[in-house]
Amino acid sequence: MARATGLADRALDLVMALFEAPINAVERLIGKGRMPYLFLAPNLVLFGIFTFLPIAIAIGYAFTGGTELLISHRPFVGLENFRKLLTCDSYLVPGSCEESLFWTAIWNTLWFVGFNVAATLLVALVTALILNRAIAARGFFRAMFFYPVLLSPVVIGLIWKWFLDRNGLLNVFLQMLGVPPEIFLLDVGWSRFFVVVVSVWFHMGFYTLILLAGLQAIPKDLYEAAAIDAATPSRTLFRITLPLLGPNLLVVLILLMIRSVQIFDEAWVLTNGGGPGTANTFLVQYIYQMAFAGDLRLFGLASAASVLMGLVLLVLTLVQLRLGKKAES
Amino acid sequence: MGDLKLTNLNKSFGAVAVLHDVNLQIDNGEFVVFVGPSGCGKSTLLRIIAGLEDVTSGSIAIAGRDVSAFSPAERKIAMVFQSYALYPHMSVRKNLAFGLENLKFKRAEIDARITEAARMLAIEPYLDRRPKQLSGGQRQRVAIGRAIVRDPDIFLFDEPLSNLDAALRVQTRAEITKLHREMQTTMIYVTHDQVEAMTMADKIVVLRAGRIEQVGTPLELFDHPRNLFVAGFLGSPRMNILKGRIVIGDARSALVDVGYGTLLRSHIVPATVTAGQEILAGVRPAHFALSDGEGLPFEVRYHESLGTETYVYGNLQGQSEQIIVHQAGHFAPPQGAVLKIVPLEGRLHVFDPASELALARAGRGRA
Amino acid sequence: MSGNVSAIGFFTRTRRAGRIDITDILSWLWLIGGTLAVLVPVLWAGMSSLKPEAEITRFPPTLLPRAAVQVQVQGFDKPLSLWNMTVDGETREMAMVRRIGLKAQMVDPDKPGKPVSVDTKSISPVQRLTVATENYTDPLTRFSFLTFLKNSVFVTFVATLLTLIVNALAAFALSKYRFRGDKAIFVLIISTLMIPLTVVMVPAYLVIVGVGLVDNLWGVIIPTVASPTGVFLLRQYMLTIPDELIEAARVDAASEFRIFWRIVLPLTAPALAVLAIFSVLWRWNDFLWPLIVLSSRENFTLQVGLNAFQGEFSVQWHYILAMTFLSLIPVTLVFLFLQRYITTGIAGTGMK
Repeated sequence: MARATGLADRALDLVMALFEAPINAVERLIGKGRMPYLFLAPNLVLFGIFTFLPIAIAIGYAFTGGTELLISHRPFVGLENFRKLLTCDSYLVPGSCEESLFWTAIWNTLWFVGFNVAATLLVALVTALILNRAIAARGFFRAMFFYPVLLSPVVIGLIWKWFLDRNGLLNVFLQMLGVPPEIFLLDVGWSRFFVVVVSVWFHMGFYTLILLAGLQAIPKDLYEAAAIDAATPSRTLFRITLPLLGPNLLVVLILLMIRSVQIFDEAWVLTNGGGPGTANTFLVQYIYQMAFAGDLRLFGLASAASVLMGLVLLVLTLVQLRLGKKAES
Repeated sequence: MGDLKLTNLNKSFGAVAVLHDVNLQIDNGEFVVFVGPSGCGKSTLLRIIAGLEDVTSGSIAIAGRDVSAFSPAERKIAMVFQSYALYPHMSVRKNLAFGLENLKFKRAEIDARITEAARMLAIEPYLDRRPKQLSGGQRQRVAIGRAIVRDPDIFLFDEPLSNLDAALRVQTRAEITKLHREMQTTMIYVTHDQVEAMTMADKIVVLRAGRIEQVGTPLELFDHPRNLFVAGFLGSPRMNILKGRIVIGDARSALVDVGYGTLLRSHIVPATVTAGQEILAGVRPAHFALSDGEGLPFEVRYHESLGTETYVYGNLQGQSEQIIVHQAGHFAPPQGAVLKIVPLEGRLHVFDPASELALARAGRGRA
Repeated sequence: MSGNVSAIGFFTRTRRAGRIDITDILSWLWLIGGTLAVLVPVLWAGMSSLKPEAEITRFPPTLLPRAAVQVQVQGFDKPLSLWNMTVDGETREMAMVRRIGLKAQMVDPDKPGKPVSVDTKSISPVQRLTVATENYTDPLTRFSFLTFLKNSVFVTFVATLLTLIVNALAAFALSKYRFRGDKAIFVLIISTLMIPLTVVMVPAYLVIVGVGLVDNLWGVIIPTVASPTGVFLLRQYMLTIPDELIEAARVDAASEFRIFWRIVLPLTAPALAVLAIFSVLWRWNDFLWPLIVLSSRENFTLQVGLNAFQGEFSVQWHYILAMTFLSLIPVTLVFLFLQRYITTGIAGTGMK
């Protein structure tokens, strides 16, 4: 321990020796009062170049066409990209739309968001409520459910792809029950079902953790008071636990929606790029394909779709911030 | 050389002015205490002297040079913070060395100074410990040691005893006073505790709401408070205040009537007042004597016996304001008893109710 | 009421010593079922990754990795497979020379003489527990997985180091100074939380093109360095460091950078550790952004390489699963040793 801190000290001293002289020279030049700007500079420059500049570019590109990369070489097309994305005989039927893949992706995403949000919320809530009881080995279970959260989407996609394979373990179980094997990922219904299952499996531990923290913040004496007031367990759940957890639930709900709308990585790997057909092609995949896959290079169309998705996420985030502030007060 | 001169100092945070036109002269080697209720600006004033806060206007001169634009490091001051502010991740030795290293002192000189300071403060056994492993009193000494090794022109103390328990506070108070005697360096000490102010200071500066109310030695302030605030702030329990009227007496002093037919003598210059003028009369609890004959009727409510002394709480008959009377030794008047009390000779302070200023320096000269 | 078993009772009732009721049993079923659901797919993939190519597609599969045993028999050029043969109620291990219809010709591996012909129904293959290490060694040596691994380690390490320094500097400025625009800058930085990569990936790629970092590992690293989560986490922690410490250092003649480096940074170590863990996980698992930026194989990170690999060798599950597991190991180690930090970090900041 002492040795480790000694080493750390020496490493810190070394960096100090390298950078101190020039930084102190700057301090003498601009004065102590302006030093915070210097400390903020690297961060702000990076945010400027890789977050704020891209937003400006995205909006600019959304109004241009062609396949050139440089904006000076791109013809201005006004609202053409948006017109193309939004022209439909019936928004309910993607085939009737000029850009039918976009609407297929939107409907796929909406269905996914609906099922995924409901399933994740339910599973996470039940798990958090159980873990909140005075249960043995709580730490172990909490850690266990949390483990998938740390894994990479690619790894999760591959693990589940193998699990659901024609020769996978699930088919072994089914065979033991006398059910004929099924190639789940080549079936439209099953593949959509398992995209949701995998997503719940992947993320529920994170939301469980947040809900559990919320549950543990509820003062214990409220439950003691309820017990003295002879409240039944169900009344305690619906009249005390859930109302007090309400703000946390709302925040989790919105967070889940924001993340679900952006589904891409694990679904892309699991379904071999959105298959079967376009059954699992989601919005982010659409944007990715328009811009980067093959030789499409439809940067304008992809940017226009990004801008539309960004607006939806912005609204959701503002709602979340609003709710978060309310939950705090 | 550690003399300090503050000239027309003003400080505001945004629209809120916290210091108003402060002027103060502190001589080399003096032990000066800034005292006042919380929010009076005493800590801000200290931090301005340290260079931790900018001034809005005015100037600060240490040893004759204007340091207003200097950083704390350039002012040749050292400071002991209320929380001690010891670097928790460094040993005591490194805490002491940090400032000297920053100033590029030679290793040998740093070691010599640390050894000397550690000897003075008897903290040698703890030099290689972390602050967390020390008691409150030991941390306090390390904080003082960190100031000593810098060999500053001025020591600044920001309520350094407020985190200690009562017994340790009394002991540390004595140690700091002793340190000052040995080092003969200017020390400026901020506290809200009037006992610390009275016992430690060569000179007390009383502040209220960003203004200096009075500057003087502890006894000057106790005996001759310039106004009602200073009179009430110093001395415990607080000075009793009675409503009264001037009845012009003879040529040397004025007579005050607080009702009950007893006229009290005060050393007001009669020319400054007119007969019938409303005044506030102040008498400290210890400056009331029991009288067998004439006196103010004092109705006892209850008393507190501290063994060596007794405080009797009550009111003048027919009035509701609380009056406290101090008696040495044991004294147990029954509840409801009416005692006759008179102020001691020369201990009646008289204030103007509107300006709250003392109408003269009570007790000066003999009656 | 006491006999009534409420379906939701078990959510709220705390356990009473010495009494196990149905709610406890339901809770435990849920927890154990959940644990199995987490573990089984992962362990199944892990087991499979140890199986040789011939075994991995066998249906129904075996649980443990096994392989048919082959022996070298005198007088035969190729190794022969070993079978159990039951003759006269006695079981012997024999090597199969060839198989014709329902008959197989077998020899004794120790005393190879004239092959005997037996019914294939009376023999079964000899299998031994075998770990197919070549599943791991082959991709590392032949399919440039070592390069992917190296790239991933480089990206993760450098990005984490830069993330810590850049965000700690910003957090220091935003927690320990009052200056013109401090609140506005903080809001500006936090607002970037609202702009996920998926929204700006197209233009961000154009920026990468513009600064010439396409197909370059630095193009993967640099855009991820400034992190609003990091600034927020570190700032919240630094706010708990007493201002008096900074002032004491200033009185001690420390320069502003020295205050940061020698006082604030060491005292922020716990928060830095949390951010470091997160950063390692983020960068190690990153997929979409490296997928966009990197185009040549020698620059792929492990995740991109894995994805490309499964596209190219879609039937070679033994390799795919082995590499999947290889990329799982660091994350699992981080998890095993640091899960307390991670879970408290998330519960404390509500961020992932």
